[in-house]
Amino acid sequence: MHISEGVLSGPVLVSGAVLAAAGTAVGLKKIDYDRIARVGILSASFFVASLIHVPIGPASIHLIMNGLVGLLLGWAAFPAILVALLLQGVFFQYGGITTLGVNTIIMALPAVICYHLCAPLLNKGRKVTLAAAFACGFCAVLFGAVIVGLALMFTEEGFLEVATLVVSAHIPVMIIEGLITAFTVVFLQKVQPSLLPAFNISSRRSTAAGKNNVEPHEPEAHKK
Amino acid sequence: MIDEPFAHGNSVIHRIDPRFKIVFACALSIATAVSYRFPTLFFALGLALLLVVASRLHMGTVLKKLLVVFSFLVLLWLVLPLTFEGEVFTRIGPLKITRPGLILSAQITLKSVSIVMMFIALVTTAGFVTIGHAMDRLGIPGKIVHLLLMSYRYIFVIEQEYQRLSRAVKIRGFVPGTNLHTYRTYAYLVGMIFVRAAERADQVYRAMRCRGFNGRFYCLADFPAHYRNWIFTGLMTTSFAVLLLLELTAFA
Repeated sequence: MHISEGVLSGPVLVSGAVLAAAGTAVGLKKIDYDRIARVGILSASFFVASLIHVPIGPASIHLIMNGLVGLLLGWAAFPAILVALLLQGVFFQYGGITTLGVNTIIMALPAVICYHLCAPLLNKGRKVTLAAAFACGFCAVLFGAVIVGLALMFTEEGFLEVATLVVSAHIPVMIIEGLITAFTVVFLQKVQPSLLPAFNISSRRSTAAGKNNVEPHEPEAHKK
Repeated sequence: MIDEPFAHGNSVIHRIDPRFKIVFACALSIATAVSYRFPTLFFALGLALLLVVASRLHMGTVLKKLLVVFSFLVLLWLVLPLTFEGEVFTRIGPLKITRPGLILSAQITLKSVSIVMMFIALVTTAGFVTIGHAMDRLGIPGKIVHLLLMSYRYIFVIEQEYQRLSRAVKIRGFVPGTNLHTYRTYAYLVGMIFVRAAERADQVYRAMRCRGFNGRFYCLADFPAHYRNWIFTGLMTTSFAVLLLLELTAFA
């Protein structure tokens, strides 16, 4: 889910870049140096997940998984997705330089929104978790497609048909992303619940205290 | 599956300081993206072609890399001339093809092909690690550069992990189809990738601490000065100015 080079107008590209820079700045603020390895490697996993093709009828689509990345990383999804897009640009020429900002917004903003909407619901029983995780995967693609549509509309009003086409073409993708996100979240809850945010809220205090005892590092010294 | 076919070569373009290349790749692609006049766009396309030729890349591979762009453009030419409102250019049966639709499609085609070719010639000729170090030298925040190099280092590891997992499901007789079982299998596969990635991240972080990581990532690359960098700067600045002039003279 991305917009190719050369389609959008200057003002749209600039606003995309500014918003993406702001989001990335917030995200970077939230990453301590002890989390940077984790964000980097999860960003690499996000990149690899987008190479997985899932069959749907006679065709196949590749996974996007921005909802899941939002759940796992919160605001740090912004820098993680920016980096993954840059890698995709260099390896697959999906985009160049000018659309990097807009494309980051298309994937990362829905990720952060879905994180805030769905993360609090993840430890409220199996049914609610499934529904919330499905909604997270579904809405992350839906919002992304809507942002694509808006970017096109702000560029040129004649893009209305194309914009509606983009959103409706993504409906099957939304359903599959929803299903896969729901199953993945259930899987993670069984296998490694510490990755998910809901687990952290209830036990943050104890793990944070434990961590400080084990490795006393000086957070101030890390900053330059 | 993941490779950098253009990173190694011994053309003039490969030998230019990556910092200069990145700066001009940004400047030229932004100038192209906001232009609308055909003389400007053809000049941009010519310039991009020239850069690709000068970097002596394997043309077949370049075309293969451009396929993504072309497939998007085919879709564009099928949709835009038919849906765009405006003066009718010609009719095919009940369908009308509009002139503004055609013009817009042509503009987008020229822009996207030129921008992606500039990116191939100026950015992908450097290799990802070099790009990271050059970005560090250009004043991009250290955390972003660190993140970038970290992800780059691990995409290959994680891709192998993915191949291993997909071999494992195949051996167990998994045939993908359009059903819940397939989606659940893929979901568990993705979940497993994330679990292993997180475990590996903790190991990597501990290993970094052992080796004295204190929160600063040092880029030791050093980019020697050379007169060819300044010749490149001169040429590219002139091209940039020509792009701007061609675009702006329309309003004079």
